[in-house]
Amino acid sequence: MNWAGLYTVLSGVNRHSTAIGRIWLSVIFIFRIMVLVVAAESVWGDEKSAFTCNTQQPGCNSVCYDHFFPISHIRLWALQLILVTTPALLVAMHVAYQQHQEKKLLVLTGHADAKHMEEVKKHKMRISGSLWWTYVCSVVFRLLFEAVFMYIFYMLYPGYQMVRLVKCEAYPCPNTVDCFISRPTEKTVFTVFMLVTSSICIVLNMAELVYLVVRACARRGQHNSNPSSGKGSFYGHKLSSEYKQNEINQLLTEQDGSLKDMLRRNPGLQEKGDRCSAC
Amino acid sequence: MDWGALHTILGGVNKHSTSIGKIWLTVLFIFRIMILVVAAERVWGDEQDDFICNTLQPGCKNVCYDHFFPISHIRLWALQLIFVSTPALLVAMHVAYRRHEKKRQFRKGDQKCEYKDIEEIRRQRFRIEGSLWWTYTSSIFFRLIFEAVFMYAFYFMYDGFRMPRLMKCSAWPCPNTVDCFVSRPTEKTVFTIFMIAVSSICILLNVAELCYLLTKFFLRRSKKAGNPKHHPNHENKEETKQNEMNELISDSCQNTVIGFSS
Repeated sequence: MNWAGLYTVLSGVNRHSTAIGRIWLSVIFIFRIMVLVVAAESVWGDEKSAFTCNTQQPGCNSVCYDHFFPISHIRLWALQLILVTTPALLVAMHVAYQQHQEKKLLVLTGHADAKHMEEVKKHKMRISGSLWWTYVCSVVFRLLFEAVFMYIFYMLYPGYQMVRLVKCEAYPCPNTVDCFISRPTEKTVFTVFMLVTSSICIVLNMAELVYLVVRACARRGQHNSNPSSGKGSFYGHKLSSEYKQNEINQLLTEQDGSLKDMLRRNPGLQEKGDRCSAC
Repeated sequence: MDWGALHTILGGVNKHSTSIGKIWLTVLFIFRIMILVVAAERVWGDEQDDFICNTLQPGCKNVCYDHFFPISHIRLWALQLIFVSTPALLVAMHVAYRRHEKKRQFRKGDQKCEYKDIEEIRRQRFRIEGSLWWTYTSSIFFRLIFEAVFMYAFYFMYDGFRMPRLMKCSAWPCPNTVDCFVSRPTEKTVFTIFMIAVSSICILLNVAELCYLLTKFFLRRSKKAGNPKHHPNHENKEETKQNEMNELISDSCQNTVIGFSS
């Protein structure tokens, strides 16, 4: 399991994201993960071996390195990227659950053939109802993790700049000892770069949050002015038994808009006047 | 997530590029990314370990290395390649958006929609015209800008693209002036010149592509101006199809689409 594995996992989520979500995912993978792997890791590769202190006292080098670099930048960024990308899996789980419900419904209505099952897997879910809440939570968590890690970075390495020289007096170093860091300028450049991309991702997440909220309010306004677009009982009269009808009604109230779209496309249950699942 | 993944992502964009764009992408992957990975990274691999200064003063080597090499060539090239290849994603996003719109039309059961199924929409290649033309041209423009900026950054940092054998360093804590020796300077010079040359070729290809797109745009516009029957609100579908076919036949450009059946 490496970055490529994570990419595979998250590409699936991409389908059910908003446009801003997809841009965010591209920025994460190309400008953060890829830069980390192909460039930053080699800059920090020799951070300990090339950390030189002006002393021959054994142990002083190690102690001073540990004192000034409790966690390496590279590891912090790796943790940050993993934590920031994983809330998307909440959405993936919810989508999988909804798809499972739709398949159950198809079995109940007697449309459980391979073609319809494939369609359930392929069609894109609308971000509405409970999926909307899950999606919004995932965006909020992303924002939270980004902010927390930016703050940790600032706490550990104030000013984000890598200095050339640090003065160390931890035991067993005799007195104050000069210690020199390897490639400080290059490290500063990459720190600033990663910081900038992190800020861009924060801005994208905020924009996505605003977009989702505005869309939800707009949809609610439309719904209030058009009460006939209700859920549930419209399909009821097409089905044979009351038991089936009750089950279906229950599932429909849970499924909200996405299932309507799927049933609309089903030639056996045509419904006019509904909108396509565009996000 | 590495160069291979970038290749996968950009491979999809290739379908909607012009011929020059496809050549550019090939040059990028074979002569720049591949050379970087299989050769250049090894040459620069021991750049700091084998950077030797004529002093026993601890810290002097680190400071002198940092002074003469603020950013390593390898990292600069890696960043340049990432930045130069990403504008193509704008085109990919635009194409994905158009496909999405066509799928929406298809699903609505729109009469104007000519596709037989969703698979055909997915496979279709879009012509570079209209808003896609503007997106494509902007992406080429950004590529050119990024290439130029990085070439300038290179020149600014490493005066003249040549790697000297010896550098004289007097930064603290080095006592007085100290001789520092760079590892593999000739090999590094060779690769630097190679990468600069390929970068220039890519710039030329981008300029050529831009000229080609502009020429095509003006030709198409003059054809439309000289052929007033070719109106978008044409009511007769068959005539529109025939006009399109005629245009396609007379337009001897390489990137025509397989859109209409006779």
